[in-house]
Amino acid sequence: MTSAQIDVLLVAVVVAAACAIPGTFLVLRRMAMMSDAISHTVLLGIVLAFFVVSDLGSPILIAGAALVGLLTVVLVEAVSRTGLVREDAAIGLVFPALFSIAVILISSLAGDVHLDSDAVLLGEIAFAPFNRFAPFSVDLGPIALWVMGAILLINLACTALFFKELKLATFDPALAAALGFSPAIVHYGLMSLVSITAVGAFDAVGSILVVALMIGPPAAAYLLTDRLPRMLGLSVAIGAASAVAGYWLARVLDANIAGSMATAVGIAFILVLLLAPQRGLVATARRQRRQRWTFARQMLLIHLATHEGTPAETDESRPDHMQRHMRWPPAFANRVVRTATERGLIVLENDQLRLTAQGRHEARAAAVR
Amino acid sequence: MDVLGGLFVDHTLRTVALGSATLGIVSGALGAFAVLRRQALLGDAMSHAALPGVALAFLMTGSRAPLVLMLGAAIAGWLAALAIIGVARTSRIKTDSAMALTLSVFFGAGLVVLTFIQRQPAAGKAGLDKFLFGQAAAMLESDVITMAAVGALGLFALLALWKEFKLLSFDPDFAATLGMPTRRLDILLTGLLVIAIVVGLKTVGVVLMSAMVVAPGAAARQWTNHLGVMVTLAALFGAAAGVLGALLSTTAETSTGPTIVLVATGLVVVSLLFAPARGVVWARIRAWRSRRMLALEAVIADLASLAAQHGSNATHPHDIGALNAVRGRAVVERALSELAADGLARQHDTGGWSLTPRGLAEADRLARSRRAPGVAR
Repeated sequence: MTSAQIDVLLVAVVVAAACAIPGTFLVLRRMAMMSDAISHTVLLGIVLAFFVVSDLGSPILIAGAALVGLLTVVLVEAVSRTGLVREDAAIGLVFPALFSIAVILISSLAGDVHLDSDAVLLGEIAFAPFNRFAPFSVDLGPIALWVMGAILLINLACTALFFKELKLATFDPALAAALGFSPAIVHYGLMSLVSITAVGAFDAVGSILVVALMIGPPAAAYLLTDRLPRMLGLSVAIGAASAVAGYWLARVLDANIAGSMATAVGIAFILVLLLAPQRGLVATARRQRRQRWTFARQMLLIHLATHEGTPAETDESRPDHMQRHMRWPPAFANRVVRTATERGLIVLENDQLRLTAQGRHEARAAAVR
Repeated sequence: MDVLGGLFVDHTLRTVALGSATLGIVSGALGAFAVLRRQALLGDAMSHAALPGVALAFLMTGSRAPLVLMLGAAIAGWLAALAIIGVARTSRIKTDSAMALTLSVFFGAGLVVLTFIQRQPAAGKAGLDKFLFGQAAAMLESDVITMAAVGALGLFALLALWKEFKLLSFDPDFAATLGMPTRRLDILLTGLLVIAIVVGLKTVGVVLMSAMVVAPGAAARQWTNHLGVMVTLAALFGAAAGVLGALLSTTAETSTGPTIVLVATGLVVVSLLFAPARGVVWARIRAWRSRRMLALEAVIADLASLAAQHGSNATHPHDIGALNAVRGRAVVERALSELAADGLARQHDTGGWSLTPRGLAEADRLARSRRAPGVAR
């Protein structure tokens, strides 16, 4: 690997980790679409701040963008508080409007600066290694790495410092309010983190990939665990792995890197959705299948136990009776009888199914339960 | 004005205006249902997700015919909707996460396909990056005809199943008890949302098309409580925003999509503020009026109870210091001057206040109506 490739990979992994942390809380708080809204509107903040400072490298741009990110949240809430439109419509109204203003402002600048709306949406991480951070002409690596590293540290510090508050406000907002943690402060604090992360990241990877990295890995992690710290860790790991995989996918296909990373996030999510040990679709389907057989076997045992020792027993415990009595298809009924026999729960004597001691025991346990 | 004049002379301008009007009508009318059914963000997700469909359709056919690209976009948008609904239904992932994930992953996949297209030599790729933000100026007559045909199909389906869709939107459980195939209707109505989106892709672009689906419906909702009126209004608003925005963008040389979206947003803001009955401004005025009426009634009641303590001489002047202390000086003074103007109270030479005989009668009437709650005054 060349040093440029290592730089790109490093930036990608740091971006993925920085996005996964606030993203986890967005997913848990059911506010995932705010990441989409904010990642679009921060463009307006960048443009407005650029009008003020006329320097694309200025940190003021990040501050301006974060402010507009918060403005988005405030506006969405103001519109939905009127009660005239629902919250989803409020999001769908506010962010296209702010984004439109940004696009029009940018096109009025066209040609004067290197800032165009396609680049913001799509990002170009491949250029990240070329903007070096070199104070006093000492090369310290790509600027993007420093910016995103700082944002990652901010995210980590805020999450660690306010972990208890975030956790409580996320899972039980009413209790949090009753205990005196202001849900509003937690809310706006989180939204500030989302805004800052979105601004820092989209320069490198574009706003759409910001959404993918913020929501995809936490959504996958949510299927793997019920514990918040573990979910945070898994999100970072899945995000970083997707970023690396996406980078190699892009190299193999010779395609857009951000797009490939988003695709990798999608693939990672699908894999987890299918294969997660507890909640995966495959595991769920297998569990349901197993439960169906277990239930059928228990029905058979209970049926035999009910009629054991009664005059009707000879009739009721004939193997071919089960199909009619339980309304089982013949193949199904045969298989239930076979597996029960194999497990030593019943035996076939003189065309009669009889419970073994163990079968009787299980029938009783199943019936009591 | 020469823009309007140009409409009749300039062929391009007329095409642009016609196309934008078509787009506005279709997305407005079909989007109204999305607003009612809380699918505003689903529209956003579907329009972003259309990108890989457009790109793949172009890559596979090499054609830039509007119908081909629209079909690709529609299939991708449709698959995205199915993915969102499927993930939300089969796992513990909530709809919002499913939407954000699907839209970004589909869009990312679209970017990958776009890079393949850009690598093709001599490909007519110029038309494709316009799909991000739209370009009304590039609209051809054939585009307009296709948009109109596809849109007409959608509107026809809407009219044909009007009653079913109406019931599904407002009371799906009741629709199910009537034996309507709600599941299939739901899928169909979501499919119409796809039509609303793909019709505008070329003019407004994938990023902002969601606003054209939401804004006209949200604006129209403020003016009426009647579904038919709302859908018609949404179509009109959509058409107005489309035409106005497209013309503005050609004269001011701004990107078409954002300009149309800003005009549509303007319509929403005006509707939210000034629509009769629901508008924020009217609601404020109503609240202010009723607050004033309550203050008036309270001061009348206070003066009446002072008069009652005074026994025989009911119009004896009273010092209002106590009232000021309880109700606030500004409120009391304004109420008193209004009561004086109506001849219900008067100030005596000593500076004290009392109710006039008419004021006493009014106080009596108010007290009685208050004692009988629920009786309309």
